[in-house]
Amino acid sequence: MKNARSYVIWLIVAATLAYVVAPLFSHDTRGGFEMQKFGRLPVLLNGRIKPLDTVARNSLLIIHGQQTLSIEHDTLTATDWLAEILMKSDTADQRRIFVIRNPETLAALGWNTEAGKYFSFRDLFTHLQEVEQQAALAQKVDAQLRSPFQRDIIKLYERLTLYHQLENSLEVAGTVDFKSQVDDLLKNIRPSPIPMNSGISTEALQSIGFLAETGYFFPIPPVPPNDDPLRWRKMGESILQFITAGNMHPAVLAYATLASAFAANDPATFNRALDGYLGWLQQHFPARVRKANVESVFNQLQPFYSAMVIYVLIFILAAASWLVWPETLGRYAFALLVVTFVVHSGGLITRMYLEGRPPVTNLYSSAVFIGWGAVLLGIFLERFFRNGIGSATAAMIGFITLLIAHHLSMDGDTMEMMRAVLDTNGWLATHVVCVTLGYASTFLAGFLALTYIVRGAFTPSLDRDTARSLARMVYGIVCFATLFSFVGTILGGIWADQSWGRFWGWDPKENGALLIVLWNAIILHARWGGLVRQRGLMVMAVFGNVVTSWSWFGVNMLGIGLHSYGFMDSAFPWLIGFGASQVVFMMIGVLPPQVWRSQLETAPRPSGAGMVDVPA
Amino acid sequence: MTATAIGSDFLHAPLRFFASLRLTVVCLGLGMLLVFLGTLAQVHLGIHAVQARYFQSLLIFWSPPGASWKIPILPGGYLLGTVLLLNLLAAHATRFQFSRKKIGIILLHFGVILLLLGQLLTGLFARETQMRIDEGQTLGYSEAPREVELAVIDASDPKFDQVVAIPERVLARGGTIQNPTLPFTLNIRQFLPNSHLAMRSQESQAPPSMATTGLGTNIVVAEVPRTVKDDERDLSAAFVEVAGVQGSLGTWLVSNAIPDPQSFAINGHTYELVMRQRRFYKQFILTLLHFAHDSYAGTDIPKNFSSRVRLVDFERGENREVLISMNDPLRYRGFTFYQAGFDNNDRTTVLQVVRNPAMLLPYIACGLVALGLVTQFSMHLFGFVKKRSR
Repeated sequence: MKNARSYVIWLIVAATLAYVVAPLFSHDTRGGFEMQKFGRLPVLLNGRIKPLDTVARNSLLIIHGQQTLSIEHDTLTATDWLAEILMKSDTADQRRIFVIRNPETLAALGWNTEAGKYFSFRDLFTHLQEVEQQAALAQKVDAQLRSPFQRDIIKLYERLTLYHQLENSLEVAGTVDFKSQVDDLLKNIRPSPIPMNSGISTEALQSIGFLAETGYFFPIPPVPPNDDPLRWRKMGESILQFITAGNMHPAVLAYATLASAFAANDPATFNRALDGYLGWLQQHFPARVRKANVESVFNQLQPFYSAMVIYVLIFILAAASWLVWPETLGRYAFALLVVTFVVHSGGLITRMYLEGRPPVTNLYSSAVFIGWGAVLLGIFLERFFRNGIGSATAAMIGFITLLIAHHLSMDGDTMEMMRAVLDTNGWLATHVVCVTLGYASTFLAGFLALTYIVRGAFTPSLDRDTARSLARMVYGIVCFATLFSFVGTILGGIWADQSWGRFWGWDPKENGALLIVLWNAIILHARWGGLVRQRGLMVMAVFGNVVTSWSWFGVNMLGIGLHSYGFMDSAFPWLIGFGASQVVFMMIGVLPPQVWRSQLETAPRPSGAGMVDVPA
Repeated sequence: MTATAIGSDFLHAPLRFFASLRLTVVCLGLGMLLVFLGTLAQVHLGIHAVQARYFQSLLIFWSPPGASWKIPILPGGYLLGTVLLLNLLAAHATRFQFSRKKIGIILLHFGVILLLLGQLLTGLFARETQMRIDEGQTLGYSEAPREVELAVIDASDPKFDQVVAIPERVLARGGTIQNPTLPFTLNIRQFLPNSHLAMRSQESQAPPSMATTGLGTNIVVAEVPRTVKDDERDLSAAFVEVAGVQGSLGTWLVSNAIPDPQSFAINGHTYELVMRQRRFYKQFILTLLHFAHDSYAGTDIPKNFSSRVRLVDFERGENREVLISMNDPLRYRGFTFYQAGFDNNDRTTVLQVVRNPAMLLPYIACGLVALGLVTQFSMHLFGFVKKRSR
């Protein structure tokens, strides 16, 4: 029996891992072109060297809202789409990738709402001027006061600009045979410091200047052995360098060959040129190539997405264990939780390797890390109490935080460069990690308390032993939360003292962190003073969720202070909704005990019972 | 009942009140409310007004719009901090016995006491000023970004200036100002903490100026509310009448928006009037050699700001180059110089200059609190694990 059970566990583990690594086995060779390899080419964008695959995914996400593009009976990967827009723009221009939902925007462009919500660049081409004018008008209004139409038109303008820039990154959009143009230059140009003296036609020079100005990313690496990120060049810049100083960069030739072969639908030449260029890169920039490879594998695996899905399964298993087969289902849930935690950690560590940074660098990574911290603590709780509660609660927080992260990633690259004062790994690793662990543990305590309230009020499943162990868990996690939020907040003060000269400045984000510290301290003192008992503790812990979500998201929405990283109007209703739901749970928590389905307080215990070492 | 018993009862009742955990919880709760409201208020009041009104105050008042009376609605930061301090001290005086089991709590509470004291001392004694230096310029003083002064400069001696500086709070009181070194009196006829200045030629409808001489006759001044934004400066203005023994010499308009001094002569001495940010002279000078502004490759995202300065201190015989950059300030003679900003196409640096005698307290407090929390909670945890494994 025991053997059979451990078989099942290993089977579950194996199935989960198979699910996680499955994406690696799909190999993208659309039309015979080695698209997967193409996606691994490193380029520089927004200060970071990343594979084209990342550029493709983030651009498609911004323009289209998704990381893949569905066309009739088929799906293009982001890289397929990027290849088209870079090297075969006539086809790309006909893809209906611009989603316009706002009826006012549609009306402003002269379409009725029935005209369809999806538009191609060609559809929008004749309206570019109108969009630009409307966006310019909207931009004059303060960001927080803009109407939905104004926000939408600005977004549309930004998406069109991005599209236009992408189209003109490798070659001028509409070019048929880029390779022969470059060959012409090589044959006919006598490089000269004054471009006009090189024998180039005014027209050609203009289009190269246009490429240098418009291109979105920097595809041309430095001349080896130089490996300075500042020396990456746009296509146009590199060609201009050839015109003024001679020496055509091999990457220009490689990209030109790729572009012409792709446009001429010649996979053999394309693949050969791709292998040649990858070999050259491998020889001169092995570290960059390795990182780009790791990143594109990371993109393909989407570990946080898989983890998010499995967390749902874990929650269902663990919650089911409270009703049937507590031991078996509990063990399965726990095994899955550990495996998923490994996947989650793997994603986190990969991000740290790619960025060269501690785990939390922006709002997106804070969401990933809060989930990670809560799951880690949940594993410890489950290890001690073995009642499915640690697993269920951890899985719930893991799922929610990864879902939040998923939505935060819609704005594009989640690995941004750190602005000046933030460019310090020491403080990011201490202050930010501590504060974020404080968030994670406060949320964990709050969600444990939710489990208590929901099970107690709506099911008869909360017996006195379970209730007591939940009280212990919440108490322990609140202690933990106090420790981390306090230390983290003070470390933040010290960082502020180091870089701005004041320990405490009452900045909104600092205040938010302080609120968490104060609330946790209040819970502990109220408990020690006997002002609250078991249920009071739970109700207070639930309010911790409100305080933490305010500190995490709410203060950013005020749009003031040193920590305001962007106003997030779209998240506002969610925040309010979450806060309101927590208040409802708190009210359920203070209903008279007779109304609850689980009868807990038949024999009231003296205050402090069940607590570990309660000071007078 | 003996006298001592009455005496100790008389003492014990307030001590018990101050030592109670209920008081702690109430104070912390009010603290949360204060911090929350103080955060929201920043949207409209700005951080500096909020600090003064919410956190560095005893009581927070509310008055209905248009009313002249006000009622206290919430204890301010100073009052709450003081009560919490008393609460902690009283609790330790009465309830806590010193024992090994309590060592964590005692450490951490002592850390909190230091933290509160440190913030109180910082609020009372710390001073934040700024230094704006152009490349190649040498400065021996810093300026208060939110406070002006009226400088009266006797420029007659070519070797040195003799300066009488009148601080903003004296200007705001208005009235007549006398100084033994000045052979005249200054009558502050009007002081505007923040104002809007325009050329008279552009506003023909404006009423005649109070100024009778100097640049002010051509300028129209309108009072505007003080700014609440962190990155804006108030433009203060004042109408100042100079009166010698022979009577009035005229009324000048001075403002920190008018950087050039306006001069007049009396008793063969030339005097200059100028309103400027309040200055704090240092015992040393700084010269900005170079300001650098680095961005990430191919972006405008700033990577680092740094100022290379030469520090010269004749008194201590210092003459050296220093690099001040983000997260890496210069500390010298009790002052700390932080890279705070830049201007003028990267040719001017803005350094924040802070003097805070209580600077070390938070560091010590932080150590104590962390140590206390770790000690206490690990004792809980080990106790718990031991009990479980039994």
